[in-house]
Amino acid sequence: MPTFEYAPAPESRAVVDIADSYRLWIGGEWVDGRGTPFAVLNPATGEELSTVAEASEADIDAAVAAARTAYTRVWSRMSGTERGKYLFRIARIMQERSRELAVLETLDNGKPIKETRDFDVPTAAAHFFYHAGWADKLGYAGLGSDPRPHGVVGQIIPWNFPLLMLAWKIAPALACGNTVVLKPAETTPLSALLFAEICEQAELPPGVVNIVTGAGPTGQAIVDHPGIDKIAFTGSTAVGRMIARSIAGTGKKATLELGGKAANIVFDDAALDQAVEGIVGGIFFNQGQVCCAGSRLLIQENIHDDLVRRLKRRLETLRLGDPLDKNTDIGAINSAKQLERITELTEAGVAEGAERWDTGCPLPKNGFWFRPTLFTGVSQSHRIAQEEIFGPVLSVLTFRTPGEAVAKANNTPYGLSAGVWTEKGSRILWMADQLRAGVVWANTFNQFDPTSPFGGYKESGYGREGGLHGLAAYLKEGSVA
Amino acid sequence: MSPAPQRATQGRLDVRKTYKLFIGGAFPRSESGRSYEVYAAPTRGGKQAFLANAAKASRKDARNAVVAARKAVAGWSGATAYNRGQVLYRVAEVMESRRDQLISEVRTAQGLTPTQAGANVDAAIDRWVWYAGWSDKVAQVSGTLNPVAGPYFNISAPEPTGVVAIVAPQDDSLLGLVSVIAPVIVTGNTCVVIASAQWPLPAITLAECLATSDVPGGVVNILTGDPAEMAPWLASHLDVNGIDLTGAGDLDWAELEAAAASNLKRVRRPVAEDWTATPSLSRMKDWLETKTVWHPKGR
Repeated sequence: MPTFEYAPAPESRAVVDIADSYRLWIGGEWVDGRGTPFAVLNPATGEELSTVAEASEADIDAAVAAARTAYTRVWSRMSGTERGKYLFRIARIMQERSRELAVLETLDNGKPIKETRDFDVPTAAAHFFYHAGWADKLGYAGLGSDPRPHGVVGQIIPWNFPLLMLAWKIAPALACGNTVVLKPAETTPLSALLFAEICEQAELPPGVVNIVTGAGPTGQAIVDHPGIDKIAFTGSTAVGRMIARSIAGTGKKATLELGGKAANIVFDDAALDQAVEGIVGGIFFNQGQVCCAGSRLLIQENIHDDLVRRLKRRLETLRLGDPLDKNTDIGAINSAKQLERITELTEAGVAEGAERWDTGCPLPKNGFWFRPTLFTGVSQSHRIAQEEIFGPVLSVLTFRTPGEAVAKANNTPYGLSAGVWTEKGSRILWMADQLRAGVVWANTFNQFDPTSPFGGYKESGYGREGGLHGLAAYLKEGSVA
Repeated sequence: MSPAPQRATQGRLDVRKTYKLFIGGAFPRSESGRSYEVYAAPTRGGKQAFLANAAKASRKDARNAVVAARKAVAGWSGATAYNRGQVLYRVAEVMESRRDQLISEVRTAQGLTPTQAGANVDAAIDRWVWYAGWSDKVAQVSGTLNPVAGPYFNISAPEPTGVVAIVAPQDDSLLGLVSVIAPVIVTGNTCVVIASAQWPLPAITLAECLATSDVPGGVVNILTGDPAEMAPWLASHLDVNGIDLTGAGDLDWAELEAAAASNLKRVRRPVAEDWTATPSLSRMKDWLETKTVWHPKGR
């Protein structure tokens, strides 16, 4: 199929100033980290963007102390109305600085500017708006007339939606009166550090939010710190399990948003052109580095060949390249490590007998890249049908009956999300009942909203983020109404 | 004319009951063949009357109970909320008809006065009634219609977590037991319960009530024996979705919670509770998952 030649349309990176090095933001001050500073790369080029401090155990101690002081002296005593106004301020500043945030996020993460500009940043601001309004209405949340915050919350977020995950974590925590120690992922800390500046501009009281950078050991220090009342984590199921084990026997609460291996199920009566768009968005959005990605495509057997043909034709039109280019559909893989994992699992797919196809598009010389890839002839026991690949790789399986579709869809330890495509209303509702997943998208996929609870069943974790249910995760029941 | 019913006299030997486990709607002995002696509360003189040889459930019994509980999930969670409410109310009815027996057993076991034991049993019966009424309301107070910023219908509703293991309160023989079972099953979960080790007999009589109240086999499975022996196997079992450690305060519950992390079970930690107080909804909500469904709107 012919593709049009597009002239380059790069977004200017001049809107953002990246410092040569960053420190930790603790108690409203920028302080030196006591660990070993580490480099942060632009995954699209491999160039170094900046150097970031590593928080040691002592730094976490200081951050938790600052958060505790802010909690007892200021934040837990402040009226909900005033807390809410701080959140509204933050939301507004995020909107004002949205282009800067989008460009920074794209540079740091490698995802296309059209995603950061149209999804990550506006949705992050929307989360602050939504939760700002809750701050003085917590008595209506169904947790008694006077629900209480937990205290100091330790939050550990992943690299796939750095700013949005920060918003998912910080906005409800603050609205409910908690204070926060947040660790962004080691490959994508820059938007969280810019968020610290936004908090400064909003004149958020010192210590209400603390940003500490580092990798696994820094996260472990947060999880293990006795001054933390609650952990909120988004990341892999393996790490989630470690956290659940670490806090066993303590008083710490946890919300865990973990991995997924979502089935996207297409029946033969589905609107196929719409389904193709949904399938593509479901697995190639953010290069497939999405925990709820529709990574297993279950096609009703009689339309398999037709749908796969349409899908391949559509995939060939995807434009892979410079993430800052406004026409780019597929950006860079976030890190060399992630690229290695995707490569390893796709090789296993071939070795186990599935048939591999990719778009064959040219890849940039530097940075970390992977072509949109599709496997047909996948069976349920294949690793590419069982394990989370977290990359632009779609595994296609087939089914004959709704019952078989449900059995195959649920045949996974995960239970984060699922998709159903059919024009038959009663079947949608039946399927939605049967699928063991926290989010079911029917005739759509990968939709998110601050009012809509998100989170998994089974080994995809527990607790919800967003909506009334997400709010409840940051509150303790108060005196019963 | 038929002969007048014979009154129990001092000369008559009473027919004793064999107290067995309750698994999959049946009353098997422990597969291990083991039992342990159960005694009444001591009299003033310090004597403890022998009551029964209760079954001492093994690891294998616990696993069999999980299999039975798993098998029952589809039918029970698929039943209408109205139906589950009726079944729970029926449990209260059957218990009421056995009220005297339950009072006598609770009293003998725990050494309570008739008034105290009566209050315990009455509260246990009323607790079933309370939870029966929740069956078709809990989704209405914990579900939401979400006004998303786009042309989509978006609804969040609770669903049962699946199979829940319960370490029942060890310091209460009936009210505590009912207070941990009813909130788990009313929403469509099934459970495997480790009863109070020292006072297991009221639990087995409760099982008889459950078996005769239209509760499908496998929805509630009751094990008697040593909680310290059984709980670790349930905590680490990969086909158990949640564990209620309410009665595990004297066990190494931190270790149980750590084992539960193997498949990210939902865990309720032990907290001392006043069983006579109106329960918090958290006993139901802890075993509910929130499912959110999106659908586009369009002409």
